[in-house]
Parts: sequence; structure tokens; C-alpha cells
Amino acid sequence: MIVTGSIGRRLTYLLAGVAALLSVLSWWMVSELAGEAAERTQDNVLAASATAIAETLRSEQGEVRLELPYSAFSMLGSIGEDKVFYRVTADAGLLTGYADLPAISAPPAMGQVVFDTGSFGEETIRMATVSRVVLAGAEPVPVTVTVAQTRNGVAQISAGLSRLAAIFSVAFFMLAAVLSAIAARKSLKPLNEIAAAVSRRGPSDLRPVERDTPEELVPLMASLNSLMERLGQSIRRSEDFIAEAAHRVRTPLATVRTQADIALRSVGDETQQQRLRAMIRAVDESSRSAGQLLDHAAVAYRTDDLARLPINLADLAKQTAAALDASAAMKDISLSLETEPVQVTGDPVLLENALRNVLDNAIKYSPEDTEVKIRLTKTAEDARISITDQGPGLGDGPARALTERFRRGNNTQGIVGSGLGLTIVEDVVSAHGGQVDLKTRDGGNGACVTLVLPL
Amino acid sequence: MRYACLAFVMMVWASLSNAMVIENQRSYEGSGDQVLRILSTADLEVFEPYILAFQERRPELSVDYTVVSSAELYRAIRQGAAFDLALSSAMDLQFRLANDGFAQSYRSDATAALPAWARWRDLIFGFTAEPAVVVLSTDRLDGLEIPSTRQELINLLRENPDVFGGAVGTYDVRESGLGYLYATQESRATDAYWRLTEVMGRLDPQLYCCSGEMIDDVRAGRLALAYNVLGSYAAERIARYSGGRVKILRMQDFSNVILRTAIVPKAAQQPEAAGAMIDMLADLGLREKPGNWHLPPLIAAEMGRASSFGPIRLGPALMVYLDPLNRRAFLAEWEDSMEQP
Repeated sequence: MIVTGSIGRRLTYLLAGVAALLSVLSWWMVSELAGEAAERTQDNVLAASATAIAETLRSEQGEVRLELPYSAFSMLGSIGEDKVFYRVTADAGLLTGYADLPAISAPPAMGQVVFDTGSFGEETIRMATVSRVVLAGAEPVPVTVTVAQTRNGVAQISAGLSRLAAIFSVAFFMLAAVLSAIAARKSLKPLNEIAAAVSRRGPSDLRPVERDTPEELVPLMASLNSLMERLGQSIRRSEDFIAEAAHRVRTPLATVRTQADIALRSVGDETQQQRLRAMIRAVDESSRSAGQLLDHAAVAYRTDDLARLPINLADLAKQTAAALDASAAMKDISLSLETEPVQVTGDPVLLENALRNVLDNAIKYSPEDTEVKIRLTKTAEDARISITDQGPGLGDGPARALTERFRRGNNTQGIVGSGLGLTIVEDVVSAHGGQVDLKTRDGGNGACVTLVLPL
Repeated sequence: MRYACLAFVMMVWASLSNAMVIENQRSYEGSGDQVLRILSTADLEVFEPYILAFQERRPELSVDYTVVSSAELYRAIRQGAAFDLALSSAMDLQFRLANDGFAQSYRSDATAALPAWARWRDLIFGFTAEPAVVVLSTDRLDGLEIPSTRQELINLLRENPDVFGGAVGTYDVRESGLGYLYATQESRATDAYWRLTEVMGRLDPQLYCCSGEMIDDVRAGRLALAYNVLGSYAAERIARYSGGRVKILRMQDFSNVILRTAIVPKAAQQPEAAGAMIDMLADLGLREKPGNWHLPPLIAAEMGRASSFGPIRLGPALMVYLDPLNRRAFLAEWEDSMEQP
């Protein structure tokens, strides 16, 4: 699995990136607008000033006269501390003001205010120009009034607003970044919940995942569920196949054994008898393995839908021990049973199966003329069935590994076995909510297998 | 040859036009080579304590102090005369110099501490607030009621032509930049100004260039009343020659307050030293108590800001009456009122 970056982190960065972009954009827009607004304000004041001057134009004895109104200049001090320049020309000749003020680019239409930006001295200035015709004597004289102002006030106002906008933008971005992180976490919550639910499942739980699923995850969930269904079907098919195969092998094996038995009784030759006995043992072993495969399939099938019946464990232990008495007797092994009345709920077939496998193992690995002890005890919370033999123990490997399928102890050379017995035991006991304790007895002599079942 | 001739003529013309009418000048030697050249409208005796105090702070600096009229100062700085600091009570001319780019900007903690109305663009700094006052001779006005508003003053002048005939003094606004500033601002602020001018014009007024001479004449009994005198000078002169014969009066209806301002001319060679002087003047301008200085602090104007005694505002409006057309119109009206046959 190649792990790429976290979706949550990516989502957070993406959202925060968008927020940053928006912050910068909004800061820029506000700054531009503030600058524009400040410039327009200045333009308006300049226009008012120029118009106020133009309104004082009059003609006196054939000459154009004007009186600069005090207000025309005092209003120019309202925006900021800007330098003020002005010029009044009549008929292209300077009437008053700054002669070297830059000329306006286009002559304004009469009565209209024209704005222009230029430079005067070392500074940038904004100029407003208005033209009027004054009748000096009989002559109409065009008079142009230009009022100009440096732009420091405007720059200061827009810089101040821009700074304010920057502060707001940064605050907005930080808030947006926090909200992005929260939003990312929130929107990934269903995904995490589903992941947690799937990972909480047991190893053999292949039921479809039934959860509230956001739209985007529906395809994933559908694929997951269909994958699990196919997996389940595939497992069931192979188990059916194994069971079927085992069943089909067992029946002819039984015929072979019967025939071999008959043959054994009818031949007198010692060598042939030996061969037939070996054949019978091999057939028994094969039949046992096939039985275990069937057991395993049955366990796998029945644990899916576990029966909950009251079981008298003492009776169960007695019956099981009785069923195995014959094979124990063949090795001169005595089965001792020590019980007290214990009642549990569960599937009697499965539990009998498990117990039989443990006992079978114990008998198989015990040397001849020994004892296998079955003890049934009860504590406050659970029932314990322990089977103790005097065999070679469980070997040096980790005891738990022995419950894995087809895993056998490292000291079982020379003894035929499938490695399925303890797997079946483990499956049954854990399906009942219990556990299997595997121990080698003190002194390395004999194994003790305890099935712990909750009451 | 023709070019050489032209150049010679231009040089002569330039030197003539550059020649300043200097009223007073004094050098104060410091321990170092640097010279701070100050061009000022304040009389030497008024400003000397400031120079001495400055040299206590900066003993290495020599100070060269030149006293000229405000119009001369304006002309000299416009022509690029090599001064490091220009101090003038003619706010309008100082403002125009700053507006037209003849001032350097200067910024320090001391100038930043000045109230916003006492500075403009780090170019021009007010360091005193001086009201226009009326100076009376108590001898000549014996038995008459002391006026407190312009209306009362007009009535007083009208009713006692025998007392005030030929004995009323005021600025010749054609000569004095400060007188012109007072007159224009007052004409804008109160309509009583023109009526007062009319009344004074009928009394054969004496016209002066400077506050000092007016006060001296009142003290000597040659004038019964001097109108629009720079208050700080009046106070200073009366403190010096006190005899109880001179009374200072501040009109209650309206009274102009001018700021004495400093600029660092563009041509300044010692802007650092000029800045140090501005710092000291700004500190003194913000002092809480009058102390032993001849020029009043800005705080006096601060207290009057709420009433009609606020200082004339440093702003582009100051340039209105400097416009030649406006000046011509104003002077024509003033002459019509003041010079009656």
C-alpha cells in the first residue's frame, strides 16, 4: 500500500489556500476602492474649489477681475496637508497664480470640470480645470481656472484604509483556516467512522456493512460489500467443496477398511497381516483427517449461526469420553473423569466436537499405558474443562500458534496429524465467547488444554 | 561681447535684487566651526535669550542671527539665500514658502509632540502663539471708559475725536506682512473691521511698519492708542519700561492669534543644527508655564481654541490674500478707508 498525503490535510490546505487567495483579493479590492474613493473625494473638492473661483469672475471696466474666495482654499485643507497650486488664465494670458503649473492636456468644454494628473516640482499633483467665458467690455474672454493639489492626503487615506483592510484580511484568513480544518475533519467523519466500523469487525465477519453512507462513499461501500459477499461465497464454496470431498473420500475409505479387516482375519501369513494392519492404520488416519475436515466445515458453518441451547457440560464430557473409550483402550490409556454439574448455553454439537478433538489429540500423543484426565470445574464467571495427558507436551514453539490451521507442534514427528484439531477447538470456543488455554505441564511432561467457557 | 555685457547686467541686477534690507545682525561665537544662520523677524533683544539657551545645549555651534522684515525674509528665502532657519510671524508668507517647495521637511520627537494645528507636513512648525492686542496710553485716555469690544472701541473713537485725532496708530498693511495678515484675517472674521478702519481713517491715523515703534510711541505719549499690536512685543516692552502708563487690551469679541513659525529653507547648509533649534523652540512652545521667556507658549492658544481666540489656521487658505489680485483689491479698499482727505 502506498500511503499518499492525508485527505483531511489536503482538504484543509486547499480550503485555507482558497481563503488566502480570497483574503488577498479582497484586500486588494478594498485597497483599490479606498484609493479610488479618496481620489474621487479629492477630485470633488478640487472641482468645488475651481468652480468657486470661477464663480467670482467678473468684468470691471473692460478687464477680467476675480477675487479668490477664502473658502475655495480653506476647503482644500480638509483632505489632508496637501500643497495647493492654482492658475487663472484669461485669453491665454496669466491672470494670477502659478505660471509654471503644467498645462492641461485637453481644453475643457465650457462649464465642465476636467481632471488631470501631472507633476509639479518634485511632486505629483491632481488638477481640476474649469472654463468660463467672461464678457470683458464687448469681447467674450475665455477664462480657465485650474486648481491643483498634491496627493499626499489621498495617499495617506488610502494607505490607512489599506492597512486596515490588510488587518481584516489576515483576521479573515486565520478564521477561515481554522474553519477549514474543522470543515475538513467534519466532512471526513463518516469515512473515518466507516473505517473504524470495518476495522472493529472480527476476522470472519463478512456481513455487509450497514451504515449511514454519504453519497460519495456509496460506490466504495457497494464495492466493499459486494467484495465481502463474493469473498464469503468463495469461502463457503471452498468449505462446501472440502466437506463434500471429505465426505466422498470417507465413504469408500470405510469400505476399504471393512474389506481390509475381513482380509486381515482371513490371512494367516504374519507378513501379510503386518501389511494389512499398516494399511488399516493409514486408512483410519485418512478417515480421521477427512472427519476433521468435515468437523471444521461444520464448525465454520454452525458458528455463523450459533445455536443457544442449555447444555449440561458434565453429561457432554461423559458422553464424549465414552465415545473415545475404545480408541483409548487400544493404547491402554485410561480416561479419568472428574466433574461437577455445570450448565452453559451454546451449541452442543460444536462443543462435543471441540471436546472430542482435544481428547482425540490427548490420546493420540499419549504414550501407551498412561492416563488422560478430564476435569470439569466452575468459577464465578466461567466453566473450565481441562484435559491433561502425559504426552510429550506442546513443544517449544508459541502455544497460541498451534490453534492456526494446519499448524502442528515441533515435536510431533512420527505421528500422523492434520493440524486441524486445535483450530476447530479454538473456533468453537471463541464462537461461544470463551478461550483456549494451552500449557505444557511442569517438568515438560504432558500437555494441559483448558477450554474456558463463560457461564 | 554682447553676451558678456548681458551677463554683467544680469549680475548687477541679481546682486541688487538680492540685497537684503537688514535691520539688525549679530553673531554668537561657538566653540566649533559650524555656523547656524538664522533669518528672523523677531527683534534681537526678544530672541537673544533663545540663542543663548540654544548655545548652552550646543556650545559648539556658532549662531548668526539676522533680523529682517517678514517680506524681506520671504523674498530672501524664495531667492535661495543661504540661511539654515527662517523664523517669521507672517504665517501666510511662511506657508507660501513651504507650499511652493522652499522648505525642507524635518521630523523629530519634539515636532511630533506639537499639536496638529501648530505644524504642517513636517515643513513648518509653530512655536509661539501671539495674540493681536490694543495698546492704550492711560494718560491720554484718562477719564474715558476702557473698551472691551470693537463696537465699544468704534464708539470711543467716534465720540472723542479730540483725544484720538492724529493719535491712533496701526500697521501700514502695505509695508508690514504681519499687519496685512492681521488685517485680512480680521476683515474675514468680523464685519466691525471695516467700520473701525473707516473711523480710524477719519482720525488721521499714524501708520507703522513695526509693533515696537508703535508701543514706544504709546509709551512716550505720542499715541493714545495702537491697534493690532503683536501682543508678545507689547508685554515684553511694558515689562521692560513699566511705568503704568501703558495698558494692553485684548478685544473680547474676536482676537487674532498668530503662530510664529519656523521653516528650514531648501538652501540650508546646516539642517541638523536647524533641526536642533526647532526641537528646542518646539519644547519651549509646549512649556506649561510662561517662564522667563519673551515669547508666549502655544498653550495660550490651546486654551483659546474652543472660543473665538483660536490661532489662524495653517493651511492653504493663508495663500488667498497673498494672491496679487486679492492683495490689490484688499489694499485698494484699505486705502479708501484709511486715507480720507
